[in-house]
Amino acid sequence: MRVACEVNGVAVVREVAPGATLLDFLRYDVGLTGSKEGCGKGECGACTVEVDGRLVTSCLMLAAQVEGRRVRTIEGLGEGHANLLHPVQAAFLECGAVQCGFCTPGFVMAAAAVVDACARHGGRAPTAREVEEGLEGNLCRCTGYQKIRVAVARGVEIAAAECSRKGRDGAARAGTPRTIRKGDAR
Amino acid sequence: MATDEVTEGASWIGRSVKRADGRDKLTGRAKYVDDYAPAGCLHGATVRSAKPHARIKRIDGRAACRVDGVEAVLTASNIPGTNRMPLIINDYPFLADGVVRFVGEAVALVVAETPEAARRAAALVRVDYEDLPGVFDARDALKPGAPRVFGEDNVFKKFRVRRGDVEKAFAEADVVVEAEFETPYQAQAYIETQGMLAEVEADGTVFVAGSMQCPFYVHDAVAAALGVGQNRVRIVQRPTGGGFGGKEDVPSIVAVHAALAAHVTGRPVKFVYTREEDFLAMSKRHPAFARVKYGARRDGTITACEVNYILDAGAYATLSPAVLFRGTVHAVGPYRIPNVAVDTFAVATNKVPPGAFRGFGQPQITFAQESLIDELAARLGIDPFELREKNALRLGDETATGQVLRESCGFGEALAVARRESGWAEKQKRGAQRRDAETQREEASVIAPSRLGVLALNPVAGAGAGAGADAGAGADAGAGADAEAGAGRRVARGIGVSANYYGVGLGAAGKYIDRAGAHVQVQKDGTVLVAVGNTEIGQGARSSLCQIAAEALGAPFEAVHLLDIDTTRVPDSGPTVASRTTLMSGNAILDAARPIRETLVKVAADVLRVAPGAVMVDAHGYRAASGGEALTFQRVASEAYGRRLPVATQGWTVAAPTSFDENGRGDAYVVYAFSVNVAEVEVDLETFETRVVEVTSVHDIGRVVNPGDAEGQVEGGVVQGMGYALCEEVVLDGAAVKNGNFTGYILPTMADSPAIRVRFVEAPYSAGPFGAKGLAETPIVGPAPAIANAIRDAVGVMARRLPITPERLAEMVWEKKREKKIGRKTEDR
Repeated sequence: MRVACEVNGVAVVREVAPGATLLDFLRYDVGLTGSKEGCGKGECGACTVEVDGRLVTSCLMLAAQVEGRRVRTIEGLGEGHANLLHPVQAAFLECGAVQCGFCTPGFVMAAAAVVDACARHGGRAPTAREVEEGLEGNLCRCTGYQKIRVAVARGVEIAAAECSRKGRDGAARAGTPRTIRKGDAR
Repeated sequence: MATDEVTEGASWIGRSVKRADGRDKLTGRAKYVDDYAPAGCLHGATVRSAKPHARIKRIDGRAACRVDGVEAVLTASNIPGTNRMPLIINDYPFLADGVVRFVGEAVALVVAETPEAARRAAALVRVDYEDLPGVFDARDALKPGAPRVFGEDNVFKKFRVRRGDVEKAFAEADVVVEAEFETPYQAQAYIETQGMLAEVEADGTVFVAGSMQCPFYVHDAVAAALGVGQNRVRIVQRPTGGGFGGKEDVPSIVAVHAALAAHVTGRPVKFVYTREEDFLAMSKRHPAFARVKYGARRDGTITACEVNYILDAGAYATLSPAVLFRGTVHAVGPYRIPNVAVDTFAVATNKVPPGAFRGFGQPQITFAQESLIDELAARLGIDPFELREKNALRLGDETATGQVLRESCGFGEALAVARRESGWAEKQKRGAQRRDAETQREEASVIAPSRLGVLALNPVAGAGAGAGADAGAGADAGAGADAEAGAGRRVARGIGVSANYYGVGLGAAGKYIDRAGAHVQVQKDGTVLVAVGNTEIGQGARSSLCQIAAEALGAPFEAVHLLDIDTTRVPDSGPTVASRTTLMSGNAILDAARPIRETLVKVAADVLRVAPGAVMVDAHGYRAASGGEALTFQRVASEAYGRRLPVATQGWTVAAPTSFDENGRGDAYVVYAFSVNVAEVEVDLETFETRVVEVTSVHDIGRVVNPGDAEGQVEGGVVQGMGYALCEEVVLDGAAVKNGNFTGYILPTMADSPAIRVRFVEAPYSAGPFGAKGLAETPIVGPAPAIANAIRDAVGVMARRLPITPERLAEMVWEKKREKKIGRKTEDR
């Protein structure tokens, strides 16, 4: 069957098997292998992506379900940001919140949602509970989560600085889908 | 934390440089094995034994072959070379040949155009079995007449350590404590499952790339299985999504399966395991039983220790002899004990073979032994910290194997730092006061099991430290003080300590493979290529090895690039295990860099018009000791090329001598790391859920090369250790893994993770690169007993079995209350 959607701001049309998951569609049909499969059951969060601005575990969603919708993956997260890194990516790098890296794309997507939500609320720091609620659906076996916690807080700071640089529009724009560009996502 | 800025006279050692692979991993660009899809790639699936012990009568692949897209069905008979994994005892077949010995053992392979077709077809491969009797408990397997899994007695390996006269010492001891302990299978639970991609190149070279810790093990295995020369096999490690020991030996099996299928079909073949398959068939931490006994004088001097330690080693030997060795050497704890008797066994059963998991045979016995040290402290009426301090190994002391600690022993300092930083004295005192008050009140009522927690780690509000805050800032409510923690919950707080040491490197059990090579090549433009044989698996080897190379050459850190690990670049450098990478690959890099640096110093001297002895090298480049502008590394490198001088060399290093005789005497490891962990817990008195509030983790690992990465290693180890203590257990239903997914196997999440205060004590090791020892494993060894001891402090029971789930803890507490009641009634009469 045919699926037409938008991935990272680019229109995509692909033939897929009816039972294909969004994760397989992204990895093998669109060629965006940044999203990872750690369990295939929605338990680990490594496959987390955004569909119409909401986080989903893409291993549990069918490709057919994104027909006509907007998908954002780790590959598209940094677009429009300084150094092509979303504030949370820059913060993860700075704080040493990456080890083996396999859970990282999913964590970054989930953390970006927390940071973007804070940015929308004037750049206030998230509470410890807000960070935990945003990220407890993602499993990491390397870091013990400490540096990830710190990186989320730092990401909010970087986002706030970015916003003030970009002016008042910046805060409203952070985390919202970008304009559609024509062409192939690859 | 140090920053990246170069300060005057700076060194690259001791700086928290950013990970070179960080950006790729953060943007989705890093390519793991399953991210590669060469043209024409086939996908493999594995047919696995449904029987724990059976003779294979027939394998029928006809129905599988009829599935659309299936290219081949392969069995042991297709293996052209040796069908045994080359390791310690070569007993593990890549594909079962005649007999299966555990549920999940690989019996046949199916390769097809898609993973789905391969899996569908694999389910159609029919295997006829004739059941054989099985044995599923290591203690049963040791009994005479038990079904035979291995050899004459099911014992893969045994060790003994004898020192002094334990019988006499126990007879003379003022206090003797003894208990039995049991620990479960723990899964490494790397987030990336096992995976390998193999292809046969145009010149016939078998090329295998994938997720692994030990490319040279894979190299040995593929060459042996295919019966080809090692010069026709090339192994490359892809970015690896976690290992923790789980990608030490078993990736050889996955690699051989892929290589065999590529060899037969002539096409690239990829095997990537599902999570369930990974749980079912891959290695784990050994389940273990331990009986430990300590004797001491009234003043707290420990005089004797006796240990009987059994590892349930499953159906094949894998790394069990080496795992057992490490457990044996460290069995009595990091104490000065004149009389020791240790007997240890690795025993075969019809279960999935455990192998390497961070800590490697130590976490099990350390949990047992450190829990019993607290029992001893209680019996002696001595503070648990004080008891450890009194008996701690110091410089000049002998370990249980009679090894004299001649240098690099920061244990005493680690104990002092942990005691101070954790606020032990204050928190202990409050706990003791609370207990005295409690004894007066006396708990007449047995708490009803109103709502038993199903999950061990259900987070409760409040206690965690805020993001970015110093660990422990939010955890000052005080251990020991019963507190109302929101919603009227009754909780008991407790604090516990544990201490451990960790022999760095392979030690006497692996001394013949404890070597490493490195290739260092300075380019014309002043950039540097470094190749080593040990892998980056997330731990940060890439950064610390580049720091060592930069420091050794006087090159900028950013100019150094560590090549992907490839078996054609350096000779067999042993495995990436045993916290040996910084030490061994680091020393190999130093060996390679030395002649290059000498050359560059001569060139710089010439340019600067000074004697070579008057050239200074630091992070800024090469300069005259008398002052003046520094020559950049780039300039010196370019000058060296212009003079046609060699600036590329191969380095080599071997570990210092080690020994271990039949009575367990010898210098078992080259040097030891030392760790002290203090945990504070909160036990919910209705649900018996335990929440770890704070952990203080102090380590002497010699010189710290990269403090930021080192901290990350410790934090990860602490949370793995917490999982081991409280919730992680691979459960077998008879013989098969029952909870092989992340719903049934509970990993700690961010909401469960405690505040962690990490501190390093640096007692430099003269034979380590810039004084470094090794870190990766010791952080997981201590947390479980520290948490168990904190639970003991909170609710007064000593856990003898891990994990300490709410159900088990409730049982223990109720049992204790019943005993007390009965005791009181008896007194009343």
